[in-house]
Amino acid sequence: MYNFDFVKPGSVADAVAALAGEEAQPLSGGQTLIPSMKARLNAPGSLVSLTGIPELVGVCREGDTLVIGAATTHAQVARDAAGDFPGLAALAGQIGDPAVRNKGTIGGSLANNDPSACYPAAALGTGATIVTDRREIAADDYFQGMFTTALEEGEIITSVRLPIPQASAYAKFVQPASRFALTAAFVARYASGVRVAITGASENGVFRWAEAEAALSSDFSANALDGLAHSAHEMIADLHGTAAYRAHLVGVMTRRAVAAAGS
Amino acid sequence: MSKVTMTVNGRKMAAEVEGRTLLSGFLREGLELTGTHVGCDTSQCGACVVLVNGQAVKSCTAFAADLEGAEVTTVEGMANPDGSLGNIQQAFQDYHGLQCGYCTPGMVMSTAALLADNPKPTEEEVRHYLEGNICRCTGYQNIVRAVMAASGQDVGALAAE
Ligand SMILES: Cc1cc2nc3c(=O)[nH]c(=O)nc-3n(C[C@H](O)[C@H](O)[C@H](O)COP(=O)(O)OP(=O)(O)OC[C@H]3O[C@@H](n4cnc5c(N)ncnc54)[C@H](O)[C@@H]3O)c2cc1C
Ligand code: FES
Ligand code: FES
Repeated sequence: MYNFDFVKPGSVADAVAALAGEEAQPLSGGQTLIPSMKARLNAPGSLVSLTGIPELVGVCREGDTLVIGAATTHAQVARDAAGDFPGLAALAGQIGDPAVRNKGTIGGSLANNDPSACYPAAALGTGATIVTDRREIAADDYFQGMFTTALEEGEIITSVRLPIPQASAYAKFVQPASRFALTAAFVARYASGVRVAITGASENGVFRWAEAEAALSSDFSANALDGLAHSAHEMIADLHGTAAYRAHLVGVMTRRAVAAAGS
Repeated sequence: MSKVTMTVNGRKMAAEVEGRTLLSGFLREGLELTGTHVGCDTSQCGACVVLVNGQAVKSCTAFAADLEGAEVTTVEGMANPDGSLGNIQQAFQDYHGLQCGYCTPGMVMSTAALLADNPKPTEEEVRHYLEGNICRCTGYQNIVRAVMAASGQDVGALAAE
């Protein structure tokens, strides 16, 4: 790995100032960034650690919204969201392995937007708001394709605001070597309707399955999806599965998520 | 270069690091604690797992400079004060939970993290928790037996597969 300067600010304001420097990049849990720096896919001039900023850590309920600090680890979300939002806590508890969950963070995951990552499905599936140092971005506008988001240069996520659903579940078909999702579905039911977000399947990254949302909004049961199949158009095809296989899994995992969410 | 200080196995220790120095390098090269193994160096295998402030962490996937002041426990810290094998280490020896031993430091540290949280795990919980620790040799059966034994549970009841 190429060398770099390391800085660890104690506040968001200091972090943003440090990130204004040439070739500066934020470091959160490092569970994606460190391997990619070792592979020289990434060579920042300076790294600005976000792990020493208390205001970026924590899970707290504000009315019907769960607010999670960007530097909160997957392990902490699995533990602290369990009472208020069990579907999200279960998703966090299925990410990677225990050591990855002890370091990896929700902000890092959403900033990276890996097409097979778990949190993007929860953020899009709840219609979350991504809060940054300078603005608020609706999840529907935030995810812009594989590894691409609405974040600007030097902009950092500070928290995520997730509307708490009446019922929700995440069903993940694990790719056992990487432990990411081969395909997974997050389903959330609100008074206003049902949202379905799919990760791991599309060449365009996480997406909403509109037909399933319509069917489930009038009847929240796995049977409501009978006869509904997702097209294999623009699905990921690789050594782990063809586009048709992933399209099939979209239906299977959505049904499983609905069944697990109950009513 | 800058100096980083951590409490490692109960003792305050310091070494000079670069920004890019990993926790694994700080331990192995900086402090000459070579019990922590680097297997893959790509965050996949878990051989390098140590405890940071009581939590299992892949030491190949953390920068030393980010952990200034942390409390770290490595496999060297798992022995009894008289130098004999600690409870988990002894169980790995008794139940043949290792062959080449490359993965063992990570297995022992992950086991320590598991048992601190869940002192009497079921076999399924053990297998699930050790998902991120890969062993090329043993086929896992004896590792699971060793963890069950270390938690004081009856290992005879575990079916051989
Ligand atoms: C073995 C293994 C298995 C894994 N399995 C899964 C899995 O099953 N599901 C899953 O979803 N993920 C998985 N991951 C990825 C893991 O969840 C990562 O933790 C996560 O993707 C990145 O979070 P991080 O905090 O580690 O970010 P980092 O690695 O520190 O950063 C990732 C990127 O985001 C940027 N960044 C970080 N924080 C912010 C912020 N607040 N604002 C703006 N930009 C920021 C960084 O500059 C970098 O570009 C796995 C990783 C490993 C190593
Ligand atoms: S050496 Fe760290 S995970 Fe393999
Ligand atoms: S004992 Fe050889 S890798 Fe596990």
